[in-house]
Amino acid sequence: MGKEKMEKLLTLENLRTGDEGIIIKILGEGNFKKRLLEMGFIAGEKVKVEKYAPLKDPVEYMIKGYHVSLRHEEAAKILVEKV
Amino acid sequence: MKKVITVALAGNPNSGKTTIFNQLTGARQKVGNWPGVTVEKKEGKFFFNDYEIHLIDLPGIYSLSAYSIEEIVARDFILERKPDVVVDIVDASNLDRNLYLTVQLIELGVKLVLSLNMIDVAENRGYHINHNKLGELLGTPAIPTIGTKGDGLKELLEEIVKVKEGKESKLRSIPVPLGREIEEEILKVQQKIEKNSRLSKKYSPRWLSVKLLENDKDIIEKIRYSQYGDKILEQVEKSRNHIMSIYNEDPETIITEQRYGFIDGAVKESTHWTKKDRITLTDKIDKVLMNRILGFPIFFLFIWLLFQGTFTLGGPPMEWIASLVNWLSHIVEIHMAESLLKDLIIKGVLGGVGGVLIFLPNILLLFLGISILEDTGYMARAAFIMDRVMHAIGLHGKSFIPLIMGFGCNVPAILATRTLENKRARILTILINPLMSCSARLPVYVLFAGAFFKKNAGNIIFSIYMIGIILAIIMGQIFKKTLFKGESAPFVMELPPYRVPTIKSTFIHMWERGSIYLKKMGGIILVFSIIIWFLGAFPTNGGISFKYKDELKKIDKVYENKIEEAKKLKSQKSTQIIKNLIKEKEEKK
Repeated sequence: MGKEKMEKLLTLENLRTGDEGIIIKILGEGNFKKRLLEMGFIAGEKVKVEKYAPLKDPVEYMIKGYHVSLRHEEAAKILVEKV
Repeated sequence: MKKVITVALAGNPNSGKTTIFNQLTGARQKVGNWPGVTVEKKEGKFFFNDYEIHLIDLPGIYSLSAYSIEEIVARDFILERKPDVVVDIVDASNLDRNLYLTVQLIELGVKLVLSLNMIDVAENRGYHINHNKLGELLGTPAIPTIGTKGDGLKELLEEIVKVKEGKESKLRSIPVPLGREIEEEILKVQQKIEKNSRLSKKYSPRWLSVKLLENDKDIIEKIRYSQYGDKILEQVEKSRNHIMSIYNEDPETIITEQRYGFIDGAVKESTHWTKKDRITLTDKIDKVLMNRILGFPIFFLFIWLLFQGTFTLGGPPMEWIASLVNWLSHIVEIHMAESLLKDLIIKGVLGGVGGVLIFLPNILLLFLGISILEDTGYMARAAFIMDRVMHAIGLHGKSFIPLIMGFGCNVPAILATRTLENKRARILTILINPLMSCSARLPVYVLFAGAFFKKNAGNIIFSIYMIGIILAIIMGQIFKKTLFKGESAPFVMELPPYRVPTIKSTFIHMWERGSIYLKKMGGIILVFSIIIWFLGAFPTNGGISFKYKDELKKIDKVYENKIEEAKKLKSQKSTQIIKNLIKEKEEKK
């Protein structure tokens, strides 16, 4: 992986309100990963950060045209490329 | 004799499944639990043309993997009970993700009818779905519906009959293509499964193979102890490793991606959308309700309204029920001869069940409020706002409402935990709920605090409340580390668009939950009231109370003698002495 690409590689947790990212990979395993995949968090899919909860956690995202909320610890397990 | 058709309703949460179920069955529904689990089961019967339709509402699920109890319940019902037709309610305005469940139902090889629900919302958003084309691509008939208005339901029922009678040409089982590499491995596993004729007769071998490659724990356990089980699992292990070496990713990820790829293709070919990036009404409402500054005050306003509505509005009817119970006791008191049965009816049945029946207005009002919060879509937002706080004490944002209601009354509060999908979170919330001091305890607190801490009574009462909350947090942590060890549920929560709930649906929703309470009262609470009465009433002669009466008689006798003696004195003093003696006697008692 080139240095330039590494710099752009982030987790979903790093994105801020209004940012968009393309999913690269879900880290972690088991039920959590399976659930995220089934909810549409698959490689190549675009995610948008909609808003943070008033206490900053969790965060609302938009994927596949619907809204879903994830905690920081969960968003940190989703590798994305910022667009 | 009318022909019976068993129909299972499947669908994602928030797909409008419940609304359609209510529209079809009306008040003729039976609410219970699925055997062995605390998942609500709803059934209804109705007639359509020459058919008697048995409708079973499966729990709202996103997928058919064995991820939650709800999913296992739904899957087992379809696999083991084999309903004649499965109707999949799909939110047409959120087609992609909703079709994921559809694809899994197709894989299961069931007789499927799609209901493209909320088609009006989809149209408004600019999604134009060619339902015939979509049905053709998926190999299942698709009927556009608007559940809240009842549009398309007649067509849906006609389609169900057509499918059941085998007259639907659109229904064909097409294998969902999962990519060349995966297909090859599926075939290898399938061949091993087909050697076991019992297994392959009961389940579709292809479906089993896919599930095994997906590392589905439930299916693996089913296979392990069947004939050739070890051989099958050996092949699965080999295939999984092979797929992983090619894709550098686990098979479940690849299979999920393939399914979504298939969905993408079908959706692109059958729909087109005109408007783009339009700000929806939901976005506008959320700008206010989920605002960084306004979010909390508005949330607490709603909670306050819910609390006041439940306990203040519920007050008068509570008293009516109480006086009704009193009146009934009075009637029994007058008209029945003194007997054990009379005592049982007054103290055991009326005293026990009546004491709980008075909570019914509270419970109905609370559930009316909760149903409105849920059906509008605000409940998910409440959980979103409160999750940070609740997560710190090991709970889910949705636990907040049941806990806060505990300050009013723990009985409806514990019932309100039914809104929590996750079983662990639900039980944990129930366990710590009694630590929230309910309003009935306040008079007791006031009495004790007043008696023992005259100067600081207010502070003491406040600290009792606070200690309860702190204890709840500590107990929550302890329970989480002991009783509920293991993976905690991820907070992958959908925030559905706001919707105006139909009055019918909201009231049915409220009644469903209230009636569960009534049923419990006729059952377990009645039984326990009688047991408690029994423990209090028996033994009827002897025991402590008997001794107590003896003591009383002795005291009476002693003082009677003394009083007699005092009377004999016949002096001015005697009246004073008699008075003192009577006072002394009462004190001794």
